[in-house]
Amino acid sequence: MRRLRQWGPGLALLSPSLILLAVFVYGLIAWTLKVSVSDEHTALGSKGFVGLDNYTKLFTDDINDRFVHSLKNLLIFTAVFLVGTMFFGLLWAFLLERGVRAEGFFRTVYLFPMAVSFIASGVVWRWLMNPNKGEGAGGLNAVFGAVHLDFLQSTWWTNPNWGMASMAIPAMWQLSGYVMALFLAGFRGIPQELREAAAMDGASTYRLYRNVIFPQLTPVALSALIIIGHMSMKMFDLIMSVSGPQWLTEVPAVYVWQALLTSDYAKAAAISIILLLLVAVVIVPYLIYTNRAEKSS
Amino acid sequence: MTTSSVASPPSAIEPIAPRPKTRRPFGPGSIVKYLLAIFFVVVVLMPLYVLIVTSFKAGSDIGVTSQWNLPSHWTVSSWSKAWTALQPSFIRTFELAVPVALISSIVGAANGFVLSRWRFPGADVVFTLILFGMFIPYQAVMIPLREIVTTIGIQPGIPTLIFVHCIYGIPICTLIFRNYYATTVPEELVEASRVDGAGLLRTFGWIILPISIPGFVVTIIWQFTSAWNDYLFAIFLANTRNGPITIALNALAGAQSPDYAASMAGALITSLPTLVVYVLLGRWFIGGLMAGSVKS
Repeated sequence: MRRLRQWGPGLALLSPSLILLAVFVYGLIAWTLKVSVSDEHTALGSKGFVGLDNYTKLFTDDINDRFVHSLKNLLIFTAVFLVGTMFFGLLWAFLLERGVRAEGFFRTVYLFPMAVSFIASGVVWRWLMNPNKGEGAGGLNAVFGAVHLDFLQSTWWTNPNWGMASMAIPAMWQLSGYVMALFLAGFRGIPQELREAAAMDGASTYRLYRNVIFPQLTPVALSALIIIGHMSMKMFDLIMSVSGPQWLTEVPAVYVWQALLTSDYAKAAAISIILLLLVAVVIVPYLIYTNRAEKSS
Repeated sequence: MTTSSVASPPSAIEPIAPRPKTRRPFGPGSIVKYLLAIFFVVVVLMPLYVLIVTSFKAGSDIGVTSQWNLPSHWTVSSWSKAWTALQPSFIRTFELAVPVALISSIVGAANGFVLSRWRFPGADVVFTLILFGMFIPYQAVMIPLREIVTTIGIQPGIPTLIFVHCIYGIPICTLIFRNYYATTVPEELVEASRVDGAGLLRTFGWIILPISIPGFVVTIIWQFTSAWNDYLFAIFLANTRNGPITIALNALAGAQSPDYAASMAGALITSLPTLVVYVLLGRWFIGGLMAGSVKS
């Protein structure tokens, strides 16, 4: 009774949210799981149980290996996106870290794409990544032509082999500033004394960064990788906006949408669950890790 | 709301502390640094340049090869065309984003307060389970979600979207407020209020809420921006007639032979509210971004 009085009011305040999340996150995931092991392939929906058939079929019996192809696209996209945002994010943070004049201005500009939706920025990136080369070139290809770097001209995402790599360019444009902000906060979190101590010991700038500063940034880098990585796996808006749903640029998140358009609920559900597992593999260890780190601090 | 009318954010909300001023000599290294920094400013602003110049073009002026040129004849006709196409959804998106921002923030404040002060058994596990909800790919709930909102009889379009954004916004808002309260509200304040015999609700309403404004600014901006920029829920749960501006813009720009100038003007119109918020309240905007990386 005493415990109830102690925790009761707090729980009462919290419980509506807990119930809503239990139903709308965990309950609906369970529901999707159920659809994914059924044979609901049309809007009529006979709801027999088929075990893991829908999952195995995605890997073994999908037309043109469509699902495997979408995973391959996702892998290429994610690799370029991660490396790119980490590189530019760290570089920008490094440029601003020691204090530059008008730092606020640079920060504001580097971060502004975060405030824009992928749908809006996709409108212009679709044009910037115009595949025409040479005389008829526009967008980025025209810029490369103008500065005599014609060999950089590309067919961008319309290239069937590595086109997905260029789909990561708008994504990098949008999120490098975010990684910069994370790193900048990390840099500023390093105690000034640490730098001074290293300087007293006669460490060169290179050694200062290599042995003192960068090791301190490891947790920030990990956070950035996890956040960007999980965003990448969910990437949907950007692709819908730049190329629209189509074979060349299809990723699992878009495939779900396409499968739903044909009322193949079971297939859409199976892809969604795989997507959820991919995200969970990254996020769950991270959540546990941060939870522990918080407790021990 | 302008920057000056709100109290300056405390350290938990403004995560990038300004660097202590130390004047350094202006050597060759720093010239390279400035050149690089300016080069990247140009690169980052390039798409914005194309958006702006194209939006003021019309007719034969619009073309792939002349993309980088200034308009040979400046006109706002593409802007008015875009506005005509987007205006109804522009208003609808306000009707969506404003309630979402307010409701989510109040719910988040209550949850965050409880989780930061009332350490009931299993509170950490509960908190982790809440947080997981903000990382899931929403496709994993979308199929039954469509059914369930119809079944419980919420009107399609904006009301449905308000409902789902509020629910799936609970984790991030709870997180932001929990971190805010854990780092900025002194334990003694809550304790004193408890000693005075105030219950949880009274403590929250009279002591905590009045000092929560910086937290509210962050969650309001965050939820407003996410609801405004959302496309995933919109495309699954609404259509061009009753949905928000992202769907309308994609319909305008993704047509078979799209009017590029009108699309670009439309993209600018679509981005304007969130950009204004970002420019005016940038510091708080960053606070929300940082909270997304879980650690405070």
